[in-house]
Amino acid sequence: MTGLRLDVGFVDYLILAIYFVTVLGVGFAARRAITSSADFFLSGRSMPAWVTGLAFISANLGALEIVGMAANGAQYGLMTLHYYWIGAVPAMVFLGIVMMPFYYGSKVRSVPEFLRLRFNRPTHLFNAASFAVAQVLIAGVNLYALALILQALLGWQLWTSIVVGAVIVLAYIVLGGLSAAIYNEVLQFFVIIAGLLPITIIGLVKVGGIDGLFEKVRQGPLGEAGLHTWSNTGGTDNPLGASWIGIVFGLGFVLSFGYWTTNFAEVQRALSAKDMSAARRTPIIGAFPKLLIPAVTVIPGLIALVTVQGLGAPEGDLTYNNAIPLLMRDLLPNGVLGVAVTGLVASFMAGMAANVSGFNTVFTYDIWQTYVRKDRDDAYYVRVGRVATVAGIVVGIGTAFIAAGFDNIMNYIQALFSLFNAPLFATFIVGMFWKRMSAWAGFWSLLLGFLAAFALYIAHLTEVVKFNSDLEQSFWGAGLAFVTAVVVALVITPFTPGKRDDELQGLVYGMGGMTAGDTVAADRVWWRNPVLLGVVAVVLAIALYIPVW
Amino acid sequence: MAERKLARLFDVRRVIGGLFVVYGVIVTLIGVLDGPSELEKAQGVRINLWMGLGMLAVGLLMLLWLRLNPPKEPKPEPEAEQPVRED
Repeated sequence: MTGLRLDVGFVDYLILAIYFVTVLGVGFAARRAITSSADFFLSGRSMPAWVTGLAFISANLGALEIVGMAANGAQYGLMTLHYYWIGAVPAMVFLGIVMMPFYYGSKVRSVPEFLRLRFNRPTHLFNAASFAVAQVLIAGVNLYALALILQALLGWQLWTSIVVGAVIVLAYIVLGGLSAAIYNEVLQFFVIIAGLLPITIIGLVKVGGIDGLFEKVRQGPLGEAGLHTWSNTGGTDNPLGASWIGIVFGLGFVLSFGYWTTNFAEVQRALSAKDMSAARRTPIIGAFPKLLIPAVTVIPGLIALVTVQGLGAPEGDLTYNNAIPLLMRDLLPNGVLGVAVTGLVASFMAGMAANVSGFNTVFTYDIWQTYVRKDRDDAYYVRVGRVATVAGIVVGIGTAFIAAGFDNIMNYIQALFSLFNAPLFATFIVGMFWKRMSAWAGFWSLLLGFLAAFALYIAHLTEVVKFNSDLEQSFWGAGLAFVTAVVVALVITPFTPGKRDDELQGLVYGMGGMTAGDTVAADRVWWRNPVLLGVVAVVLAIALYIPVW
Repeated sequence: MAERKLARLFDVRRVIGGLFVVYGVIVTLIGVLDGPSELEKAQGVRINLWMGLGMLAVGLLMLLWLRLNPPKEPKPEPEAEQPVRED
């Protein structure tokens, strides 16, 4: 067999077609339920926690994540687990326990809106505009990656794939807004897992179970180092080339807290929950599946490493990025193959739908309603949201071709995150815990933090400053942005007026906000306690590390 | 009344349950009919059969959950943004 082309049959196409029909059906059903802009953008704040929790994790489970993490598994071995257990779970728990009361309690409709209340309009506009641009760029990346996969696996034309993917996402979001996006994300979660599970099962049978896999990895190019997560992180002599300081502070703190706690495409899922308790549980419920997702990403990566001859070529069909597609080709018979292709397509659409629904909300509420056309009736803003969705996707198709110009799209994404999320997280965390921080300090923190990271990124691209890898650059970029934003806040605040106490109610730690009335009696049972659930998630993450220390 | 009906139809558990029952039936059938070449590709595992039955079970569980715990009017589950109406 040559190339990546899969041997897809009629059944596989049938399974894919049924999925498309279901997704569009959800869009139509959701359309009939939409009567206000809150329905369109926030699902009427009516979602139960398990739905928003799975949507929360699904919005992140784009195919870039799946394909990328399997690639990292093959390249770096078990150290890839850090992305999950220290890189995601603690940040998700922190979002649920510490930050969600401010987000949900202040009744804001978006992350930029929180910045407007806590700081001022320039801060708000800067963040809303940069978020909107970033979302469209990332939607384009997802679209391009989807098209690449469909082209390689099914032999579709690049153009056909881009248009088909875009039209389906467009249809269900224009019709059903965030409800349709969230429902489809929950559906996608199950399909993705059902599609990936057979790869892990058959792959493990092939290599002789987990013991057989580890034995083969030991004898392979990674060797013993590929089977450990923390040993040899005193220095940088390990597959990831990172010390424990870099892992804990760079990946675990700045990068992942920045991503999970301030990325509106994620936070929006929790804002649509039906009450405060459900909103706080949303990211924490998402943390539990996140603990186990490596079983269908990192493990297949290792299986590909030991079963696919010549994996790790710098270009062609045998790059690390193709670990999952190669295993699909080699191991899956028709039937489960169709489910796996559907899962992969679904996960691209999940990622793109998250970007697009984040974009249309911020564009409509934060840019159009705040600065362009105030005080129109609600139906007007639903229409604006639908137009913004169409425009966002059309521009996304354009940016898909920009993404085509980058040879490593995962690094492009990482670079975008370190530019936007790290200064935002720093501004948030200082603003939430230090009530004296002034409105203008918020603006300058955000702007200078962004510029600092941007300057370092340019220096990296032009090789003025040398880094060992793009990964190392994104860590330093995020770190620099974070420190710059904090220092700027500390320097500017004393020279500018602070906000009055009554303006900060519910926005700053210790200024009220969480009213007891938010907790329904049924939610006081112990297994719905966000703090307890969060602690359990973190303890599990630590426990999972023990066998692969 | 129309809204109540819509909310029932629109419950995410029904969507997941329905899709997985359909997938489960299709994939199980394929699994029953799998010949030696499919089995060889899947390392001797009857993967279609097992995944088919697994998806069928997940789908049925979702539908069962919906039946045992239907969306209620006073504390609406997904959808039904309006509070209780006198109808």
